[in-house]
Amino acid sequence: MSIALLIEQILNGLQLGVMLFLMAAGLTLIFGVMGLINLAHGSLYMVGAFACAAVAAATGSFWIGLVASLVAAAAAGAIMEVTVIRRLYDRDHLDQVLATFALILIFSEGTRWLFGSFPLYLDIPPLLQGAVPLPGGGQYQLYRLAIIGVGIVVAVGLYFLISRTRLGMRIRAGESDREMIAALGVDIRTLYTVVFALGAALAGLAGALVGALQSVQVGMGEPALILAFVVIVIGGIGSIKGALFGAILVGVVDTMGRFLLPKALALMIPAAQAGPIGAALASMLIYIVMALILAFRPSGLFAAQS
Amino acid sequence: MAEPVLEILELRKTFGALKATDGVSLTLMPGEIHALIGPNGAGKSTLIHQISGSIRPNSGTIRFLGQDMAGLDMAARARLGLGRSFQISSLVQEFSALRNVMLAVQARQGSSFRFFRPVMGDPTLTEPAMAMLERVGLAGRAHMPAAELSHGERRQLEIAIALALGSKAFLFDEPMAGMGPEGSKSLTKFLDGLRHEAPILLVEHDMDAVFALADRISVLVYGRVVATGTVDVIRNDPEVRRAYLGEAA
Amino acid sequence: MTNASLMTRETIVNVLLALLLLAIPLGASAMGEPFYITLATRIAVLALAAVGLNIALGLGGLVSFGHAAFFGLGGYAAGVLATHAFDGVPLFAGIPGTDSMPIIWLVTVVVCGLLALPIGAISLRTTGVYFIMITLAFAQMIYYFAISWPAYGGEDGLSIYVRSAFPGANAAQPLPFFLICYAVLMTALGLFWLLRGSRFGAALQAARQNATRLSAVGIAPFNIRLVAFAVSAMVTGVAGALFADLNKFVSPSMMSWHMSGELIVLIILGGKGRLFGPVAGAMLYVLFEFALGGITERWQFFLGLILLGVVLFARGGLLGLLAGKARHG
Repeated sequence: MSIALLIEQILNGLQLGVMLFLMAAGLTLIFGVMGLINLAHGSLYMVGAFACAAVAAATGSFWIGLVASLVAAAAAGAIMEVTVIRRLYDRDHLDQVLATFALILIFSEGTRWLFGSFPLYLDIPPLLQGAVPLPGGGQYQLYRLAIIGVGIVVAVGLYFLISRTRLGMRIRAGESDREMIAALGVDIRTLYTVVFALGAALAGLAGALVGALQSVQVGMGEPALILAFVVIVIGGIGSIKGALFGAILVGVVDTMGRFLLPKALALMIPAAQAGPIGAALASMLIYIVMALILAFRPSGLFAAQS
Repeated sequence: MAEPVLEILELRKTFGALKATDGVSLTLMPGEIHALIGPNGAGKSTLIHQISGSIRPNSGTIRFLGQDMAGLDMAARARLGLGRSFQISSLVQEFSALRNVMLAVQARQGSSFRFFRPVMGDPTLTEPAMAMLERVGLAGRAHMPAAELSHGERRQLEIAIALALGSKAFLFDEPMAGMGPEGSKSLTKFLDGLRHEAPILLVEHDMDAVFALADRISVLVYGRVVATGTVDVIRNDPEVRRAYLGEAA
Repeated sequence: MTNASLMTRETIVNVLLALLLLAIPLGASAMGEPFYITLATRIAVLALAAVGLNIALGLGGLVSFGHAAFFGLGGYAAGVLATHAFDGVPLFAGIPGTDSMPIIWLVTVVVCGLLALPIGAISLRTTGVYFIMITLAFAQMIYYFAISWPAYGGEDGLSIYVRSAFPGANAAQPLPFFLICYAVLMTALGLFWLLRGSRFGAALQAARQNATRLSAVGIAPFNIRLVAFAVSAMVTGVAGALFADLNKFVSPSMMSWHMSGELIVLIILGGKGRLFGPVAGAMLYVLFEFALGGITERWQFFLGLILLGVVLFARGGLLGLLAGKARHG
């Protein structure tokens, strides 16, 4: 095992982590402010990917597609919030799970109706094609590095948004005391729609970015959604810091587990068995990590005070 | 001298900078009603929560029947005989009054892992439960869902539940709150008789009831016991008058 | 309306639902339409799975988003045991497979119970959204294990060449197999009814409504919920074994989170916590699937709309409409 390969795997883990952070940040923000569990967040991810692929194909520009993905996901999120989601804030989690489960069915089948069952493909933009040399030999895809960069920018941006701006102040107030913020005269309905659309735009961005690495198809949001849930549960629901930490942890543990576990097992048992057992264990690894963390800290690592 | 049923030593609990319980020590002796009074926010309910096990103290000791309660959760303490009522009534809302008491009867019998025999029509549950409702004067409302009972009736039901547990000490958190004068009067009479069954630690704002019932009174202000004594001693304690009774008068 | 008349009304609705479910396949058999027998069997098996979940979710308020794991485990118990019986290869340590349904069910109950205890013990330390998510995560863990474990078909699943046997009945035929499933469903409903009215049921329902009150009378909610979770998993597991025998096929998709969602949907469509809620829900669901599926490939789009309507506007489910508000003693 060379150093370059190891670095490449770590970077892959980071890239997965960043993608998960974009998903998880919106989910955890929505839960923290509105107390809502949104299964349809993966559908917004899918909307972003489809919008980017369709617009990029029509205009020939990935960048216009990327803007379209943000707009489409934010708009879909805002419509979703106004028509359905705002009726769910006062309901229990069971109703929220069911209603947003219903939204998944509607979005998935609706997308199939519009785009058919065949996957779309999205090319990496020319600016980001190519590779960067790694220390110790080997190369790493520039586009994946760019995704990591986008994640860092978004994380820093969210930090400033929430700690330094008026919107952020309202979000923080909404997390701690809904009645108080209403009493301050903030239009809470608009605030909720804005927060929901912001979360949706982040999910759409993640979908568009990942769309260039894999095929764009119906159902692509669901694995990402479940991983994002693992992330926010590990990090503590409602905590952006927890989402960032959890996302990197899950990204790196998952990637390194798939890379290292079969190799490690091969040292102990015959290679023919080590491969499948290692792969089986690796695919369960993040869930095992999550169960262990929750067994000791039932509200996650950075649980918001409530 | 008799051993105290309940003994609290140097109990401390802070929430951030707030000292909710600041070195409280007190005892509950057999056969007595020990009233705990103090202004709002003095930490009375927090103290009850720590004794019953729903809040964990930072330090200090709680002994019940000579046994250290540290490490025992609320259910375990209740099984040992610590019966409580809640400041805000806490009942199984969809269950009838009778079924709320039956739950306590089955808990006392230690028989919650019976899966098949129906509870309704099981005289080993219904009869003791009905008897307790009769004692508190709720028999006529036995089949009413707890959610539909009046405020005072819900208080009575909580006491019936504590009775059904066969408690060896009662922690009652403002049982008179929200009751009319008639209700307070009959409950006062009822509690007066109850002390011979098991001693009562009583948190109460109704001073008539407190002065009528209490063998001893402890005054809690900002998480500290500023005075403990008989009704006469407390009535005439200058610090109590200034800190508490003065406000009320 | 008085309580007594409500009780009779719900009982009448329940009896009618039970008779209707029995009448469909008997009629279909008389008219030589085996397809409808299979449809009714599907209803019975899905209803059974939901009856299991209803113990945890309806009575105990435990929103398990991972019950598909137990459904799938039951399916794999049936598939794996039948495959070993068919091939004549021992399972391990010389223990043979079996194609006897009662033994398969017994194995399922033991396996699901043994797995549900540790999963429940960890999950029940959490509440609310965390509970929903951790049960989902455990199910995903088992799902991915099934996908990546190649011995029993991995992602492709496992075919059962011959449906397992039931003593005294020709289970290979649609109607006898339906009757077996129907009998198991009725037994499970009887179990649910007894459980709900028992001391354990009283404690479980109290744990849902007011866990603090339950603790204050000296009953630890954790223990009650844990046992309910395990019993719930066992019943759902048996449904999984029957589902595998119905389709003569088992695959990881039985354990997918979609399946977990569908099981919850069945309960909500029918009426949460109601004795026959899962039966009504499964009937509606299979009806939608069949009727809408016949009109459009995109039937799940309309299922989504209907489900959304039920959650937002008709919270009592079908039984809420037919039999009024739930009654509590």
